[in-house]
Amino acid sequence: MTIQTMLLTMGSGMLKTCGIFILSLIFSLPLGMVVCFLRKSKNKFVSNVTRFFISVLRGTPLMLQLMVWYFGPFYLFQWSIRTWRFPALIVGFSINYAAYFAEIYRGGIESMAIGQYEAAEVLGYTKTQTFFKIILPQVIKRVLPAVTNEVITLVKDTSLAFTLAYQEVFSISKQIASKENSLIPFVVAGVFYYVANYVVAFVMERIEKRLNYYK
Amino acid sequence: MNILTMKNIEKSFGDLQVIKNVSLSVDNGEVVSIIGPSGSGKSTLLRCATFLETIDSGLIKYEDKIAVQNDENGVARYVPQKELKNIKRVFGLVFQQFNLFPHFSVIKNVTDAPISVQKRNKDEVKEEAMGILKKMGLEDKADAYPYQLSGGQQQRVAIARALAMNPDILFFDEPTSALDPELTGEVLKVIRQLADEKMTMVVVTHEMPFARAVSDRVIFIDGGVIVEEGDPEIVLGNPTKERTKQFLKNYQR
Repeated sequence: MTIQTMLLTMGSGMLKTCGIFILSLIFSLPLGMVVCFLRKSKNKFVSNVTRFFISVLRGTPLMLQLMVWYFGPFYLFQWSIRTWRFPALIVGFSINYAAYFAEIYRGGIESMAIGQYEAAEVLGYTKTQTFFKIILPQVIKRVLPAVTNEVITLVKDTSLAFTLAYQEVFSISKQIASKENSLIPFVVAGVFYYVANYVVAFVMERIEKRLNYYK
Repeated sequence: MNILTMKNIEKSFGDLQVIKNVSLSVDNGEVVSIIGPSGSGKSTLLRCATFLETIDSGLIKYEDKIAVQNDENGVARYVPQKELKNIKRVFGLVFQQFNLFPHFSVIKNVTDAPISVQKRNKDEVKEEAMGILKKMGLEDKADAYPYQLSGGQQQRVAIARALAMNPDILFFDEPTSALDPELTGEVLKVIRQLADEKMTMVVVTHEMPFARAVSDRVIFIDGGVIVEEGDPEIVLGNPTKERTKQFLKNYQR
């Protein structure tokens, strides 16, 4: 196999990796906010159930969760899972990361000074206005470094898709490496992941800088 | 007419009763100062008046609108949220810690609530806000962010923010207590200016000379009860109650 075909094959795998990454991020970031609200719910039942699910999602291997999401429908309902591979990955990653994001958001929201709520209340803002205009923008700024950490981890965690035999860059590099008896595919994969995370870090840093107009 | 009427207010935190049967009314154009040692309940009283704390028993009325009164069992019942929201328009509150919105510029801090809460015209609000900022000596700070301002400037922005809502009565909760001594003057000057314009105000403060100069009435609170109230010259200059004398003596030391 020439180095060109190898790069080309792995490049197409990298596109699939990016697909998992972007979709998982798009779903998990807002879903995390929903989970955060459920966790903070005044209804004890809702908040306890949410707390339990967060603890399971954080307390078991993501690899295992992916297996359950993928094979679950077949074992439980005998459904055909032929077209379920990619959706199962997105569901698994999104829900797992939402659990982490929820706790990060919660920390951010709870670190807000009570005075911000009181000032908004006296000025007559509704609860919704207070959250979206006053609280959330400040929370986003506060949690950004922690969110960046998770996003970088997600880039690398996409490699777990190989457990469901999804042909992303890590699976492909493994196959080429064993076929060609070569370490080069792993090195290439490493470079791909590193470059992707370099871009992620760069973008997140830009966002952080843009939010630096106040303290 | 009384703008604020509070009658027989009772408030406890758990087993600790912090307000004991306090009644207080504030007339239109009146400036009332509330003094007292820390933990005396003066801030709590202000927080009850602005609905940041709920009272256990008693009556609170703004102008002729009742916000809360006792039911037949003597337990305070608030009017529905919607009515309460209408009543809230009557007053403004300036906090000890300013509580400006750090992500809003000065002008946005002042204009956002009139625009997004009161739904008033943007240009009109902005023009009025610039006028208020000018009065506060802050017209050149309109585009600054709170962190770029001194404490005294931040507190003046907070006063401007409250004024932009056109309240009929303005509460101050120890407005200078979080400031360096050299910055208290500029905030007190602004409050004094408002007093000259006949703004109705209730000020919880530790600044005795200020209270004496500005107030129409001074209230001394200790242990959750009003110990003495009346003309500032009398309460602060020649109090009749032993507890007031003691407090003022400790204060001067």
